[in-house]
Amino acid sequence: MPDETLLELHRVSKNFGAVQALYQVDLTVRAGEIVALVGDNGAGKSTLIKSVAGIHPISEGELRWLGRPVTVRSPKDASELGIEVVYQDLALADNLDVVENMFLGREMLTRSRQLDANSMERRALDTLDELAVTTITSVRRPVAALSGGQRQSVAVAKAVMWSARLVILDEPTAALGVAQTRHVLNLVTRLGEQGLGVLLVSHNLHDVFEVADRIVVLRLGQNVAEFDRRTATQAEVVHAITAGALARVPGQAGEADS
Amino acid sequence: MSTAQQTSENRGPLAALGDAARTRLLEIRNGELGSLPIVIGIILLAIIFQSLNSNYLTPNNFVNLMVQGAAMTAIAMGIVFVLLIGEIDLSVGYVSGVAAVLMALLLRPDDNQWPTAVVLPLAILTGAAIGGLHGLLITKLNLPSFVVTLAGLLAWNGVVLLLISNNGSIIIQDAVVVSLTSSFLPPWLAWALLVACVVGYAAVQLTRRRNRLASRLSVEPSLLTWLRVAALAIAGAVTVAVANLSLGIPYVFVLLGAFFVLWTYVQNRTQFGTWVFAIGGSLEAARRAGINTDRVRIACFMISSSMAAVGGIILASRLRSVDTNVGGGSLLLYSIAAAVIGGTSLFGGRGSAKAAILGALVIAAIDNGLGLLGLGSGQKFVITGLVLLIAVTVDALSRRGHAEAGKH
Ligand SMILES: Nc1ncnc2c1ncn2[C@@H]1O[C@H](COP(=O)(O)OP(=O)(O)O)[C@@H](O)[C@H]1O
Ligand SMILES: [Mg+2]
Repeated sequence: MPDETLLELHRVSKNFGAVQALYQVDLTVRAGEIVALVGDNGAGKSTLIKSVAGIHPISEGELRWLGRPVTVRSPKDASELGIEVVYQDLALADNLDVVENMFLGREMLTRSRQLDANSMERRALDTLDELAVTTITSVRRPVAALSGGQRQSVAVAKAVMWSARLVILDEPTAALGVAQTRHVLNLVTRLGEQGLGVLLVSHNLHDVFEVADRIVVLRLGQNVAEFDRRTATQAEVVHAITAGALARVPGQAGEADS
Repeated sequence: MSTAQQTSENRGPLAALGDAARTRLLEIRNGELGSLPIVIGIILLAIIFQSLNSNYLTPNNFVNLMVQGAAMTAIAMGIVFVLLIGEIDLSVGYVSGVAAVLMALLLRPDDNQWPTAVVLPLAILTGAAIGGLHGLLITKLNLPSFVVTLAGLLAWNGVVLLLISNNGSIIIQDAVVVSLTSSFLPPWLAWALLVACVVGYAAVQLTRRRNRLASRLSVEPSLLTWLRVAALAIAGAVTVAVANLSLGIPYVFVLLGAFFVLWTYVQNRTQFGTWVFAIGGSLEAARRAGINTDRVRIACFMISSSMAAVGGIILASRLRSVDTNVGGGSLLLYSIAAAVIGGTSLFGGRGSAKAAILGALVIAAIDNGLGLLGLGSGQKFVITGLVLLIAVTVDALSRRGHAEAGKH
């Protein structure tokens, strides 16, 4: 079971009209592994995530899930495979409470097609307990009243509750303070320990070095380097982010297209 | 979670109630005002108008007020759905007019008079179809609801004029339609309905409490539940007793009550309701959750227009005729104002059928009170406008309180 390969991207490209956001990107995430995806602004990190999540289709290349080629056309396709994405923002409806957010779009219903509010609340509470999220004191208050870290915990718990096998987090700590960051990173580590695959997008190398097993660097939409956390140094990673060698230099037409 | 409430229950009901009160106070400080400002507002209005004119708080005027405010209340309950998704519907006035005229034409006592049982659903379905059209334009062509329903305001006004053409004014003689606003429940029936409502409410509350305990979830202090049941019983008993001193409870009041229960159920107990709130809170979040947001939004416009049609039927019933002005005047603005004054946010994501009813009560109370004082439309509009402004200010300020409570 461990080391089972969950997600593979094989030579995935994505362009928005003339903008080449991803070019022949390879990426692998195994079960129980925390992979960090790093890169400068505009490197294509969010684009990569959205391609996997079914927000927009890839232009070229192949996605494989558990070794089999798949097409992910909608967020629903992704969650049916067992891929849940925690977006940097836009993930929660502020006016809904924690339970409603965790079940949004997948509400449990009774036989008479009413909301099964109690079962949903019970399951939400159990999931938060499992993940040892203790800072949320009421799951029936609007999430607008929660702090950034608590909201992030809700989003992660939601992913876990839907028995995701792969959780993708886009900049989960970007808007958080020190204590809240600590909290979310602990949560990420726990996901790995529970055998889930984690793809963590982050700007913050300090966070990345704390939790990741492997570090994949994107630059201008291309793979430029991959590091094992235990042997890599921050300086090496920074160098790759800012000056990693590109297979294809943007602006020069048609070369390196083997 | 909120185990504090469970342990305090062991300390005795009063301590539990104290905890509940403290929680509520905290919520109010955080800007979750609920119906508090509006209930205070209604009491203030009653005191002010009564001190200015002793005819205000009389059984006759009370029953009058119910009938006068009924059309606006129905329309406001529908508009709440559109406001909940962060949109607006400016067409409801003349959509109610179209439904009223259509009904009046089909019910004219001539050779091809249609049966009432067909005409009323047809009028409401016409409303639904109009809302569907608005919704399609707004979602599929990505047009702003403000513009589409503004066009609707004009176009449906035109349709009213075309339908009436040279009929001038059409008298309504249909017994069912007329009795809606001019017949009253026999006293015993009013009391029986009230008892049924209170027992039903208590049963729902107790069942919910039992189910929550069975799922090992926190529950509010039982004293609080009983207080709410008692509050409903008392408010209902006063309403019925006072109305019975005059002509009694009008049938339209029962109709509005049924719609209130229906829409409250839809908003709070169905998947559709949750999706409506989610779209109002964050359209993008709803979309990413896999919700077919276009369908939900179209449905909201259909509910709005259908309830406008219901309002049109009520209006025609009260006026006993329709003419080229039906659905015009202050109806549209009063209906939107009612929803907002009641606590429905214009920014989407917050509102309820209860808000529409409370807001409509405020507006009807002002309109009726100023009318009793012999003031004209000029004064009425200025004062109602100020009340609306106050309500929106309270909304905006409470949102600010909310945002601050969210920060750490
Ligand atoms: N929807 C879009 N339409 C056009 N260009 C886009 C779109 N989304 C992203 N891009 C472009 O793709 C590139 C990669 O962006 P993004 O994936 O957001 O980078 P990152 O998340 O690493 O900062 C950028 O040049 C960006 O401008
Ligand atoms: Mg990004």
